[in-house]
Amino acid sequence: MIQASAKNINVWYGDFLALKEINMSFEPNSVTALIGPSGCGKSTFLRLFNRMNDLISNFKLEGKITVNDKDIYAKDVKIDEIRKSIGMVFQKPNPFPKSIYENVAYGLRVNGVNDRRTLDETVERSLKQAALWDEVKDNLKKSAMSISGGQQQRLCIARALAVEPSLILMDEPASALDPISTAKIEELIFELKKEFTIIIVTHNLQQAGRISDYTGFFYLGELIEHDKTQKMFLNPSQERTQNYITGRFG
Amino acid sequence: MKKFRKIIEKFIEAVLFSSSTITSLTVILIIIFLFKEGIGLFKSSPLEKNYVIEVSKKNPVKELNATQLKAIFNQDITNWSLVGGNNDSIILFTTSNITDYYSEEELGSNLEHLNEKMGEFIIQHPNAIMYISSKSLPVGFGGHNVKVKDISVNDFIFGKQWYPTSEPIPSYGIWPMIIGTLMVTLGALLIAIPLGISTAIFMAEVAHIRIRNVLKPVIELLSGIPSVVFGFFGLIIIVPMIQQTFHLVVGETVLAGSIILGIMALPTIITITEDALRTTPQSLKEASLALGATRWQTLVRVVIPYSKSGISTAIILGIGRAIGETMAVLMVTGNASNIPHSFLVPTRTIPATIAAELGEVSYGGLHFKALFALGIVLFLFTIIINLTVEFVKNSGKRSRA
Repeated sequence: MIQASAKNINVWYGDFLALKEINMSFEPNSVTALIGPSGCGKSTFLRLFNRMNDLISNFKLEGKITVNDKDIYAKDVKIDEIRKSIGMVFQKPNPFPKSIYENVAYGLRVNGVNDRRTLDETVERSLKQAALWDEVKDNLKKSAMSISGGQQQRLCIARALAVEPSLILMDEPASALDPISTAKIEELIFELKKEFTIIIVTHNLQQAGRISDYTGFFYLGELIEHDKTQKMFLNPSQERTQNYITGRFG
Repeated sequence: MKKFRKIIEKFIEAVLFSSSTITSLTVILIIIFLFKEGIGLFKSSPLEKNYVIEVSKKNPVKELNATQLKAIFNQDITNWSLVGGNNDSIILFTTSNITDYYSEEELGSNLEHLNEKMGEFIIQHPNAIMYISSKSLPVGFGGHNVKVKDISVNDFIFGKQWYPTSEPIPSYGIWPMIIGTLMVTLGALLIAIPLGISTAIFMAEVAHIRIRNVLKPVIELLSGIPSVVFGFFGLIIIVPMIQQTFHLVVGETVLAGSIILGIMALPTIITITEDALRTTPQSLKEASLALGATRWQTLVRVVIPYSKSGISTAIILGIGRAIGETMAVLMVTGNASNIPHSFLVPTRTIPATIAAELGEVSYGGLHFKALFALGIVLFLFTIIINLTVEFVKNSGKRSRA
C-alpha cells in the first residue's frame, strides 16, 4: 500500500530546474528522511506534498503527486481542502501569538468547528500525542510565546495533529533546538509513526539514522538513492551517497 | 599618519555632537518660545495696552469681568444696578464716540484740550463708563479705575466666542475651533480608515506584485502633493459638489474639510498599514495555510491580529496628519468660528485660525498671544497623539514577546 507518491517530478523556479525526474513513494506508518546538502531540492520536494510551493510566483511543476491515491494537483482540487489532510511542521517553531489552547484549536476553528466540547477534547488529545500535555495542562490560556523553544515546536506538532492528517511533513523540525529538546522531538516522531506517515527533511545524518525507516539522498535536484535507512548507511549502492554519508562532501 | 586619523576622528565626533546639540536646542527653544508667548495671555488684562475703564468716584462699582463689560458696551446691560451699582442708567463713553459730546473746536486741532474735557465729562455724567487711553487722563481726574478680571484658562478653552478684535474687550473663546478641528478630523478618519486599510490589505495580500509596484509609488506621490494644491482641488471640485448635492447656500463645510483631509491622510495610513501587514512573518502565514485555512482566514485570523499595533499606529499618525493640516482646510471649510452642529455647516480649525490671523496681529499684543495659546493647544493635541503611538507600539511589542 502506498500513502503518498511522486511520479516523474520536474520543478522549475523560472528557468531554473530545481528537481529532475523524481520518483518516490511512501508506505503508511513509515518515517522517510530526506537528506542532502543545502540547496539540493529536498525542502522543495517536501513542500510539494501540501502545495506550499504554490506561494512562490514563478514555481512550475510537471508530473504527478498523489496523497491517499488522490492527485493533489488536479484542476478540481481545492488547495485548502488538501492541506487539511496533511500536517506540516516547520524548521523554526512558529506558534501563533495566541494562547496555547487557541494554537491547537486553530485548524478546527478555520474549519468552522466552534463546539466547546469538541475543541476541548481535540486540544487535550493533540497535546497528549505531542507529549506536551503534562507540561502545559494548567496553563492552556498562557501565550504560546511564553514557553520554551522545544515546547513551542511540540506545540506546533500538536497543532498539526489536531486536524487528524494522514501525512505529516517535517522540515528540519529540530534544527533550531537544543540537544535535549531534539531528543524529545525524536522520541515523539518514533511514537507518531504508529498512527501517521512521516516525511522529514534533516541535515543531521545521525538523526536520519536514528529515526527513519527509509532515506532518500538528494543531490543537485536529483534523487540519487532511495532505500531502507540501514542499507543506505551501511552499504549504499551509489558512490556519491557513500561520499556524502561518510562526510567527504556536503 | 595614525595621529592624523585620530584628529579626523575627533573632528567628526565634534561635528556630530554639535549638530545634535544645535538640533535639540532649536526644538527646545521653539517650544519655550511658544509657551512663553502663549501663557502670557492668561496673566494679562483683556483690555488693550494703555487703555483703562474709568467711572465716576461716586460710582461704587470697583471690578467687572469680561462678560459684564462686553454686555455693557453692547448695551445689553443698561443699568448700573445689574452689575452691583446704584439704580442708574449707563452712559457709554469711548474715544470713538467722543465727537457725540464735544465738537472738534472744543477739543482743539491737535486734541490739546482732550484731557481737560475728559475730566469735565466724568463730573457732568456721574453715571458714565469711560473706555479711554490712560494718557488722556487729566491731573486730578474725578473718576476711579475699574479693575477688569484677567483672562482665565477656562474662558479661553470653553469660551464660545472668538472676537479677537472687538472693542473695548475682545473674546478669545476657542471651544468652537476645538470642536471644529475634532469634527473635521473625525470625518476625515471615517473616510480614510476604511479606504486606507482596505487599500493596504489589497496591496499587501491580494494584488499581483506588478500592480503593487505601480500602486505603491502612486500613493506615495499623493503625500508629496503640496497641501495648497489639495485645497485648490477641494475649492474647485469638492465644495461645489457638496453645495449641489445637499442644496446648501455655501459648500465650504466640515464635510469638504473632512474629504480633503481624508485624502491627505490616506498615504500615511496606507503606507504604514501595508508595512505592518508585510512584517507578519511568512512562517506564520505558512503555518496557517498548512492547517487548511484559506487566504482570507489567514488574513483575518493571523495577519491582521499580528499587525494590530502597526495598524493602530497608522490610524493615529493619520489623525496627527489631519489635525495639524492648515492650508487645505483653511481653503475649504469656510472659516466661520461657530460650533458646528452637523457636517454640512462651515467651521474653522485651530491651525487654520492661526494661519489666517497671524499676519494681521500686532507683535506682542493680546491677539498675538491668543494665537500662540492656540498653538499650545494644538501642540498638546499632537503630543497626546505621539504618546499614544509610542504606547501602542510598545504594547504591540510586549504581546509578541
